[in-house]
Amino acid sequence: MRISPATTQRMAVGFMWILTAITLAVLVFILAFILVHGLPHVTWSFLTQSPRSMGREGGIFPMILGTLLVAGLAVLLAAPIGVATAVYLTEYTREGRLTTVIRFGADCLAGVPSIIFGLFGFVFFAIALRMGLSVLSGSLTLALMVLPTIIRTSEEAIRAVPDSYREVSFGLGGTRWQTVFYVVLRSALPGISTGIVLSLGRSISETAAVMLTAGSALRLPRSLFDSSRTLALHFYLLSREGISMPNAYATASVLIIAILALNILAYALMRRFAVKVGR
Amino acid sequence: MPMTTTTILVQGFTASFDGQPAVKGLDLEILPHERLAIIGPARSGKTTFLRSLNRLNDLHPGFTHGGKILRDGKDIYDADVDVAELRRKVGMVYATPVPLPWSIYDNLVYGLRLAGIRERVTLDERAETALGHAFLWNEVKDRLKEPANVLSGGQQQRLCIARVLVLEPEVLILDEPCSGLDPVSTAKIEDALLALKEKHSIVLVTNNTKQAARASDRTAFFLLGELIEVGPTARLFTRPTQKKTNDYLVGQFG
Repeated sequence: MRISPATTQRMAVGFMWILTAITLAVLVFILAFILVHGLPHVTWSFLTQSPRSMGREGGIFPMILGTLLVAGLAVLLAAPIGVATAVYLTEYTREGRLTTVIRFGADCLAGVPSIIFGLFGFVFFAIALRMGLSVLSGSLTLALMVLPTIIRTSEEAIRAVPDSYREVSFGLGGTRWQTVFYVVLRSALPGISTGIVLSLGRSISETAAVMLTAGSALRLPRSLFDSSRTLALHFYLLSREGISMPNAYATASVLIIAILALNILAYALMRRFAVKVGR
Repeated sequence: MPMTTTTILVQGFTASFDGQPAVKGLDLEILPHERLAIIGPARSGKTTFLRSLNRLNDLHPGFTHGGKILRDGKDIYDADVDVAELRRKVGMVYATPVPLPWSIYDNLVYGLRLAGIRERVTLDERAETALGHAFLWNEVKDRLKEPANVLSGGQQQRLCIARVLVLEPEVLILDEPCSGLDPVSTAKIEDALLALKEKHSIVLVTNNTKQAARASDRTAFFLLGELIEVGPTARLFTRPTQKKTNDYLVGQFG
């Protein structure tokens, strides 16, 4: 039996539609499952109190603070280094062996599993540099982990700035630094911020690397040298040790909403970027 | 704006990219207050020569040059020349208008800000004067804060001219500034150039021989990196001394 082209077309479209729907359904199911189990337990006191009896009761305030500290500091450390590297690679050097090596290195770094970063951070920052299990060890480790992402996304954003902009700036008597600062970075800023926001999301959701470097203390971190537990790690420990599933789901809900908000922000920045370059 | 007295003297100038010669031994003079048109087919070295006048070719890693370009007797390729200052004094306008993705005003004063001039009054004054000289003031005076890319192509190109004029250059160098523009916009730019030669010298590279005939005092004909002939525009177009010039003008090649 021959099938007419029109029928084939309808079948193909239907097939792809079903596959797309499955992808979406998985995402929606996971989100709904966690939010349905977790959101009822997310109360104001849950967000603002310290945990009691290992997290069986009480809230997650120290973890929220710990997450903000570890992830925030990581991005704060990685962003300037990453953007500077990207500027060097694109604006200050010719393509050659050195740039190839730097890029290859960054790509390798991006492919290293996070547990390896954790192990390195533990051995190097926590033990060798005597920082111990601390916010600082954790954020330094995460900074190394997200560095390649920041370098490559910044590089893409900088490359997307038309060369004609640079020529105009040089033609009006601009130095290379003035051109980079006023024209290139200014035009690439939305793209660079997108990469930074995505890195922040990765830092927030990381568990393996922070467990080995920032530790899992339940108390509120008082300084950068205190150990601190992040939200993702708290969720992992609550469920792994079977301490409290409701609180684990509630923690996961907070985490998911935070990541979702960050992704929406990144998406909005990306759209703004696309509009700007497209005009 | 002070009247320019600068003369540019080109002596045996050669330019190559990655060893490929683009300009081969050029001798040419650019006089104060003249409009010099440069015509010639593709790959004749017109643009390379133009971009050598403000050392924009330096950005190309494989660029090498020989000979001299003397600006009031001083070689612009000497080691002690301030390249930023040179580029302010030899202002360049490109083939496609490239407004930076900012407001009209920010585009205009960018060159001044690069030079470290910050006083609002000075910026405003110089911007208004330059817009006047580029015949654009009346069209944009009420919307200086709007993004520059809302302007039409012709307006954008006049904005680019004004952006260079703000720096009070001695010489204006324009690389096919009307190549993407309609006849009305082209006429406006040619009118502006005629007025501008009161204060500046103008070098106009054009692929349009009619434009060279209309909008220049002298014309130089380039072919394959060499200067074939230069002379008063009226004479060159009616009685070229070189056969190659004549061939080009009647459309034998190029």
